[in-house]
Amino acid sequence: MTTTTTTMSSFFPSVLLLLSCLFFSSIAASPLGSGDGYTITGRVKIDGTGTRGFGLPAKLSNAKVILNGGQRVSFIRADGYFSFYNVPAGTHLIEVSAIGYFFSPVRVDISARNPGKVQAALTENRRVLHELVLEPLKEEQYYEIREPFSVMSLVKSPMGLMLGFMLIMLFVMPKMMENMDPEEIRRAQEEMRSQGVPSIANLLQGRSS
Amino acid sequence: MAVRASLFFLFLLLCSLLAAALYEDQVGIADWHQKYIGKTKQAVFHTQKAGRKRVVVATEENVIASLDLRSGDIYWRHVLGKNDPVDQIGIALGKYVVTLSSEGSVLRAWNLPDGQMSWETSIEVLKPSKSLLYVPANAGVEKDNLILVYGGGCLHAISSIDGEVAWKKEFSLEGFNIQGISQPLGGSIIYIVGFTSNSQVVVNKVNAKTGELLNHNSVAYPRGLSGEVLQVSSDLLVALDAARSSLVTINFQASDISFHHMAISNLVQESFVTVSLLPLNVNGMFAAKVDSTLVLARVKDTGELEVTEKINDPSCVSDAILLTEGQEAFAMVQHADNRIHLSIRVNNDIATEVLKESISVDPQRGHAQKIFINNYVRTDRSHGFRALIVMEDHSLLLVQQGEIVWSREDGLASIVDSTVSELPVEKVGVSVAKVEENLLEWLKGHMLKLKGTLMLASAEDVATIQGMRLKNSEKNKMTRDHNGFRKLIIVLTKAGKVLALHTGDGRVIWSVLLPSLRESDVCDSPIALNIYQWHVPHHHAMDENPSLLIVGKCGQSSDAPGVLSVVDSYTGKELNSIMLAHSIAQVIPLPFTDSNEQRLHLIIDRNSDGHLYPRTPDSINVFLREMSSIYWYSVDAEKSMIRGHALKGKCNLDSADEYCFSSKELWSIIFPSESEKIAKIATRKMNEVVHTQAKVNVDHDVMYKYISKNIVFAATVSPKASGEIGSATPEEASLVAYLIDAVTGRILHRVTHQGAQGPIHAVVSENWVVYHYFNLRAHRYEMSVIEIYDQSRAVNKDVWKLILGKHNLTSPITSYSKPEVVVKTQTYFFTHSVKAVAVTATAKGITSKQVLIGTIGDQVLALDKRFLDPRRTLNPSQAEKEEGIIPLTDALPIIPQSYITHSHQVEGLRDIVTIPAKLESTTLVFSYGVDLFFTRIAPSRTYDSLTEDFSYALLLITIIALVAAIIVTWILSEKKELREKWR
Repeated sequence: MTTTTTTMSSFFPSVLLLLSCLFFSSIAASPLGSGDGYTITGRVKIDGTGTRGFGLPAKLSNAKVILNGGQRVSFIRADGYFSFYNVPAGTHLIEVSAIGYFFSPVRVDISARNPGKVQAALTENRRVLHELVLEPLKEEQYYEIREPFSVMSLVKSPMGLMLGFMLIMLFVMPKMMENMDPEEIRRAQEEMRSQGVPSIANLLQGRSS
Repeated sequence: MAVRASLFFLFLLLCSLLAAALYEDQVGIADWHQKYIGKTKQAVFHTQKAGRKRVVVATEENVIASLDLRSGDIYWRHVLGKNDPVDQIGIALGKYVVTLSSEGSVLRAWNLPDGQMSWETSIEVLKPSKSLLYVPANAGVEKDNLILVYGGGCLHAISSIDGEVAWKKEFSLEGFNIQGISQPLGGSIIYIVGFTSNSQVVVNKVNAKTGELLNHNSVAYPRGLSGEVLQVSSDLLVALDAARSSLVTINFQASDISFHHMAISNLVQESFVTVSLLPLNVNGMFAAKVDSTLVLARVKDTGELEVTEKINDPSCVSDAILLTEGQEAFAMVQHADNRIHLSIRVNNDIATEVLKESISVDPQRGHAQKIFINNYVRTDRSHGFRALIVMEDHSLLLVQQGEIVWSREDGLASIVDSTVSELPVEKVGVSVAKVEENLLEWLKGHMLKLKGTLMLASAEDVATIQGMRLKNSEKNKMTRDHNGFRKLIIVLTKAGKVLALHTGDGRVIWSVLLPSLRESDVCDSPIALNIYQWHVPHHHAMDENPSLLIVGKCGQSSDAPGVLSVVDSYTGKELNSIMLAHSIAQVIPLPFTDSNEQRLHLIIDRNSDGHLYPRTPDSINVFLREMSSIYWYSVDAEKSMIRGHALKGKCNLDSADEYCFSSKELWSIIFPSESEKIAKIATRKMNEVVHTQAKVNVDHDVMYKYISKNIVFAATVSPKASGEIGSATPEEASLVAYLIDAVTGRILHRVTHQGAQGPIHAVVSENWVVYHYFNLRAHRYEMSVIEIYDQSRAVNKDVWKLILGKHNLTSPITSYSKPEVVVKTQTYFFTHSVKAVAVTATAKGITSKQVLIGTIGDQVLALDKRFLDPRRTLNPSQAEKEEGIIPLTDALPIIPQSYITHSHQVEGLRDIVTIPAKLESTTLVFSYGVDLFFTRIAPSRTYDSLTEDFSYALLLITIIALVAAIIVTWILSEKKELREKWR
């Protein structure tokens, strides 16, 4: 007995891709002389850098571009460009590994029928790329941000709550007692005494007397 | 109410999501990260300029790195792809590191100061062949400095400035094999010398600027050549002839090629067995290894050879370096006891040693295997030398002025297997002598500390104080702790070295290069395989040391004989080693021990015979009792077959070996080879603890987990789609996942994923499997979960049946009964490629689990198992929400804070190991690749202990405040009472 979910893969934007290949062919894939291989060239772009920028951020010098889950690994040049050479026609997956950034993998189709025609789309949000420019979807923050010391955090902690409750009991309760009818208090006290429930006040009184 | 419940749920969710999160200032409290590079293949020094002196190395782990020559620290490092091995490196223009990789098809230039890639050139390689990189030595200011690359029958000249191909020249000659490229100083002519398959020596003269072929010359050598050749100078080659009995000098720069040959027996004046040529790169000289003697010979102008020196039993010889014009130096290393003798000679006066140093080296580093030298000019204008030595255990030493300046334990970059050992128990009672010694130590320590506080301590003292503090700091102690955080991680490296790392800070406690896993006459090319716990003392834990079993074999083939070695896990001493007569196909640690508490191991050889270890009469008694319940399976990937085995009886060998048992095949599953190919097998960890079999559902229904140690997950892919991604279309790809009972061979569950392919990574735990694969239709990675429940126990829910005794709770659980199982599955997208998958393990199995995923970016992500729960639905009901079921999403979330490696990368990640701590909430995680990373994580937060950032001050303040409040109220009430009495 198997229960499989229907959330997966049944919907695939094939129509979308078909449409997109009608009007875009700007991504470069140059066939090499030898025939079967193509070159995929793209660029990794991170805000603040670009072709006119002053190179990549320091932590990006260790970034890698990975084809098909580790089949090939390429590195990023100072201007952000990377290349894979001799890639056969077919559908490929490009991933960017850069610490501190989240990149979506990119699906790259190299058409065998129309040599040089390449389509690319982000697999995370199915966005079609007209140029193979890979930008991080978001920055990754690996650490919790420590909140600055505040009185509220102290108050909110269990011990703070305990203290707060105590203070309320200490200052507010006597005020409430004062506002109460003395007759009523006496009646209540008598009632309690008759029930024999020892209260802290009684204990304290008993010891002091 | 609903609002409150959902708030509560949200709170719970938040809590659990942040379980692994870390504040930046907590880095390094529980974790450590070590960077390595692997065994150095090639090294190039860069010391010309003033400023940072560095050495650039390429290693067998596919790393290129720039190291600080003063300290051995890594300036920068790149790990190349696994299919992209580095062939050669060089330094061009004094500012680029040039690497040639993938059999001469990729040339990259890296910026020397920061390691940024400057350019990359792909070189078309038609057929695989020897590749050669030639970076002109006179890396001056010339504009068009061309790098010559030969690979696959083609010579390319590449500009070292931007990587543009200046010209290329094809050598289409059949079987042409390049042997050398030479460029006479200042000349514009390049000589390319090679052999063809029919012993022709071919010399091509090429214009260095244009690539134009100026002259082509080929002469056949009548006696044939062996293919082993050395370039001795710009116009001379020395080769071995086909019979390997004489040396041939080939002079090629003159208008015609001339030969000169000389029998080796004349050279060495004795008979010999083996001979090989060693690269020396000294002008006019070469080295040959004849048996174990190294012969240094000079080639005279007439082409005759002259032996200059014979050295017995050297380890290795370095390449030569140019000191001054026409003066070259090279180094040689010899071994004697625990010392290595380094001698450096200069070519114009070969007999005298310019430098002779003797350095004491840790015997656990083995022999020197490679040496690279570099010179510097001393203040008195004489030459000083430093040598980089690669040792047998893959470690790297820098030697200068007779001392080891720094060393790197780079064998740790190639860990083969790992296990864990407990530390010694803290001894309460100690002997008088020890007390005295301790007292003295204690006094000394306090004196030192006093000195430190009075600012009287010297630098040395400060270092000792630091060391003492480190030793006494809680996490680095050498004794067992209450929480079980302190342990020894024992790792086995490719070099056959066993190292013990302390979990506190990752320092090496001991290391041993196993003699049985070193190359010797008995064992030609030993391979380290596995490491197991051999002896874990419980009864005499105070005075017995635990020990480990290290398994290896001699040679690549499947019938190579095995080697066993037993090592003490506190001291690293080898207690015992056995050279086995049989091969090793599988090692099964059995859950039994003999009377000495030695764990029984069954080693299955190639013929499916089992061999029992340890070989004691006691172990055989234990074994014979349990023999009938021992089953195992074997996987034959070639035939796409899984077989189940059981033991039959004694071996039918001629010699009576009572520790040998023959086996019988119980069952076999043969997958149709035209449509299915085994891609992944995964099993549960043997030592996994399961807390409860029952799982209570939302509607207070009980599900019983199908928990069996014998469950095997097997995944097959269609043969067409067994390659890499991009090689198959969705139509021809399919993936079938099986759950198999390894005792009966029964297939419990089978599911097919159409349009899916590998690589598959899977982890099995309790009653579930999580596996990761690629969906070609969506072109995304997917993770699936299968949970398996035992239906036969579900009938016990009827109370009346329980009362009337008609339940089956007391019936024995056996694999032979046909279980009725129910399976639940679900599939999700996962963004990244995966390198390894593991699951957390805790001492009692109560804590909820996290799946640890090693991503392609070499990070380790902790993903709550609750995200991989097949009960997730799009709109969970109120009851489900309260139970913590997360609404279904199509993709698994990647929360940056749940990367347990935080901002570190475990370069070249290969495996993740989880070790339960004694504290139930905590798991120790050790992940390794080229780097090592260790941390401890608490999948459901540390509910059983206070966290490290617990504020004790606040607790104290609260208590004080409470006490003060009590006193104040007491006084107040007393005063009030007094007032009332007066009234």
